[in-house]
Amino acid sequence: MSSSDLNAPAPVLVNLQLNGEATSVAVPPHWTLLELLRYGLGQTGTKQGCDKGDCGTCTVRIDGEPQLACLTLAVDVRDRSVETIEGLGTGGEPHPLQEAFARLGAAQCGFCTPGMLMSATAYVDDLTLQDNPQVKRDDIAAALAGNLCRCTGYTKILDAVEEVAHSVLNRQRELAESTAEDE
Amino acid sequence: MTAAIKPENASQGRPYAVVGARHGKPDSLDALAGLAKYTDDIALPRMLHAKILRSPHAHARILSIDTSAAEALEGVYAVVVGEEMPTRYGVIPWTPDEQALAADKVRYVGDAVAAVAAISEDVALAACKRIVVAYEVLEPLTTPEAALANPQNKIHESNKHGNITKQVQLAFGDVDGQLAAADLVIEGHYEFHGSTHGALEPHCSLAHVDGRGLLTVWSATQVPHYLHRELAKVLEIPTHKIRVIQPAVGGGFGGKSEPFDLEFVAAKLAMKTGRPVKCLYTREEVFLAHRGRHPFDMHYRTGFTKDGKILAVDGKSVLDGGAYSSFGLVTTYYSGQLLGSPYVFGSYRFDSTRVYTNKPACGPKRGHGSVQPRFAIEVQLDKAARALKIDPIELRRRNFIGENTKTINEFHIGSNGFLECLALVETASDWKAKHAKLPRGRGLGVAGSTYISGTNYCIYPTDLPQSGVQICLDRSGRVRVFAGTSDIGQGSSTMLAVVAAEELGVHLDDVRVVAADSDLCPVDLGSYSSRVTLMAGNACLNAARDLAGKVRQAVAKKWGCEKRDVILADRRAQRLDDPGVWLDITEAFILAEIEFGTMGSTGSYQTPREDVHGEYRGGTIGASPAYSFTAHIAEVSVDEETGEVRVENIWCAHDCGRALSPVLVEGQIEGSVYMGFGETIMEHHHVMPSGLKTDGQRRDTGPGKEGLLAHSSLLDYRMPTTLDTPDLHAGIVEKPDPRGPFGAKEAGEGPLHSVVPAICNAIFDACGVRVDALPVTPAKILAGLRAQRTGGV
Repeated sequence: MSSSDLNAPAPVLVNLQLNGEATSVAVPPHWTLLELLRYGLGQTGTKQGCDKGDCGTCTVRIDGEPQLACLTLAVDVRDRSVETIEGLGTGGEPHPLQEAFARLGAAQCGFCTPGMLMSATAYVDDLTLQDNPQVKRDDIAAALAGNLCRCTGYTKILDAVEEVAHSVLNRQRELAESTAEDE
Repeated sequence: MTAAIKPENASQGRPYAVVGARHGKPDSLDALAGLAKYTDDIALPRMLHAKILRSPHAHARILSIDTSAAEALEGVYAVVVGEEMPTRYGVIPWTPDEQALAADKVRYVGDAVAAVAAISEDVALAACKRIVVAYEVLEPLTTPEAALANPQNKIHESNKHGNITKQVQLAFGDVDGQLAAADLVIEGHYEFHGSTHGALEPHCSLAHVDGRGLLTVWSATQVPHYLHRELAKVLEIPTHKIRVIQPAVGGGFGGKSEPFDLEFVAAKLAMKTGRPVKCLYTREEVFLAHRGRHPFDMHYRTGFTKDGKILAVDGKSVLDGGAYSSFGLVTTYYSGQLLGSPYVFGSYRFDSTRVYTNKPACGPKRGHGSVQPRFAIEVQLDKAARALKIDPIELRRRNFIGENTKTINEFHIGSNGFLECLALVETASDWKAKHAKLPRGRGLGVAGSTYISGTNYCIYPTDLPQSGVQICLDRSGRVRVFAGTSDIGQGSSTMLAVVAAEELGVHLDDVRVVAADSDLCPVDLGSYSSRVTLMAGNACLNAARDLAGKVRQAVAKKWGCEKRDVILADRRAQRLDDPGVWLDITEAFILAEIEFGTMGSTGSYQTPREDVHGEYRGGTIGASPAYSFTAHIAEVSVDEETGEVRVENIWCAHDCGRALSPVLVEGQIEGSVYMGFGETIMEHHHVMPSGLKTDGQRRDTGPGKEGLLAHSSLLDYRMPTTLDTPDLHAGIVEKPDPRGPFGAKEAGEGPLHSVVPAICNAIFDACGVRVDALPVTPAKILAGLRAQRTGGV
């Protein structure tokens, strides 16, 4: 554990909201968010694929935006909200994207998957905030373009995100219609 | 869009309950929740971190290594150098030319020289910088031409023939006579470039010695059994004192199919320090470890009759092997041996030479050794079809080898769905309306291929089974499968669960698979050569059938009927002739345990011992129990101003015998096509050439650049993103093979092969330019177009 490095600079305290929970952790000042998560907190769901911002494997959401944990200094997430794969549903009750990925075979080795899911949830969440949302496969591809996957050829990943995006929008429309009727 | 394509006559009903159902992987929710533990996710108390010092020279003699300054650094627990692990090893037992850490020479930029275990990676890195290595720099040989032209400058001093690691020359039939008799001879020169696996999980290894002296090694490997053997050899401890565990692996594709320096280093440092030691590669180290696709330089002559029959194939290849042998002996054979189907060759000769060079070692990448010659032959066929004015699909049909036959190099072909594959992609792509009929700048190309489902003979000589599976039933209705198989994401654990669930009448979720732990599981040789479904699947089937028979017998005794009247399906034991009579499967398992005691069984798979190989030296290499078949059609557009090639669509139909899990088979097809597309158009594992030309004159490469990777990141090594990837259309063709479990053959590697020539043939259809030297680049397209305009070739 690098926090016990000899001659290392004194650790600094980082307070953040991690998956909705107030979290405090002391880390060396040169650590990245990826190191904070994996080494500082033992949150190993976020993976390291290249450690230099090329592969997207370590994607997390910072204040809702998909960002690379390996290119973000840990101290930069002070007082900010960070969401990781650990906050995205549980084995008992998976997020709709997790369920669709599993059913459609969108995860093979599963290593890119946590980061891919963080980009995919950001895409779907963003869609629900638009005035006249349209699900377009090209838009999904663009939203996931920063996440490399070496197993799937992306086909089943795009299928899964497309399916969930449609079902989320349909649910939103139904909800809006029923609210309108109630009024 | 990217919908899967289906044969028109695909059967609607399925004879099985689980086999062939559209399920995902039951264990994938673990990875999807971020809970699956990959090697680097495991941390042990008191764990140290190791880093490896690597050579800055492509070719140099090590004169001395001084580690004292590193050892003096606070936080350093141990340093290890090559002479502490002198035993040479290699995944192929006939070519042991590697050392865990180089002791006498370094042979590529990145060769491992020493390693440090320290309190953190930062301290280990700082300590590596304090190690002083004195080198005598030697002339680097970074091309096969230079290595062949300078045999006195041996990369491996003990090698017999200069820098040649392997040469294979085989001939079948009268090649010269048939070439002379041919109506048409197509002669072509082809270059296939290097590419690498690019698994997103970097290699990682963790080692620990417990109080009893048992060494446990967790590693991101796809061959835990071979790792186990080589650890014992290099560390000089017996195999029973070592436990190898393969945690979840983040992709392999052949890149984790032999032991690597970090596994020996972590183990040795754990032994020296008495503390757990982890070693994790950086992305750059993954590129250096490599073992990827061999660059091939190929010359082919192919003779045809005027109606398109193949009379003779004559191929000559030089393989750029890099610094070590790796699987190269096999690669050299595969470069010719796997070309003998799906077409009948009237006569066949190949001559392949693998050469050492001062570069990262090449090895097996998905479609090991046969993707390169497949490119050459399929482009040759396309050229012949044009010359003879025969439709390229028709030309392939006319040469179809058929089922239950032998190739010219004496390999037994069982089931063969190649014609169905061709028909499927022909229809799905609207070939007849489009090929040679689209406006200039757009085109379609076709190609076909075959691949092995495992090899008849193990890498090391043995009569032991190639795969063993143990199954236990318990009183909760659960089935536990223990197997040495290595799930690297392809779904081998799902495959075992499908086979066990089908035979034992339970649901997929009722099967727990415990895999790749040498203390808990019988041996399986690992995930390479597309062997697992056929071999471990058969072993699992044997064990499950044995148990199912006992369960049915116990239930029959209770019902007073014959065993054959009892079937197991859908979590029930069912009376065949009376649907009203059934028992919950848990009750059935309990009855069986009362009758027979604890319910466990083992199954083994060994390849058939007769009719399995050619009767000549080398005739065992490439011989497989069953062969898969594939056809691809690619659709491209070419921008004639920029030279950019856009691959719009790729249709791929693959005969996997029987799709045990169609969703997973489609995933293998799509992933293979993606990978083949990437290496055709975008990827290049490129090492800066040395300054030495074959004439001994220096070329201006720039000092210090020789042998350096031209890319050491995933930014420079361009793997396709969502935006680059064409629409992929996967089609499953099922021609059950009697040697596969439920008829299943491989699906993981075959569907890569012919995508490469299909794209190149499509480029010719689009703009009349032949790119015979890969990768396809805008510059090559523009050069071809310029030559067209000026009337050159």
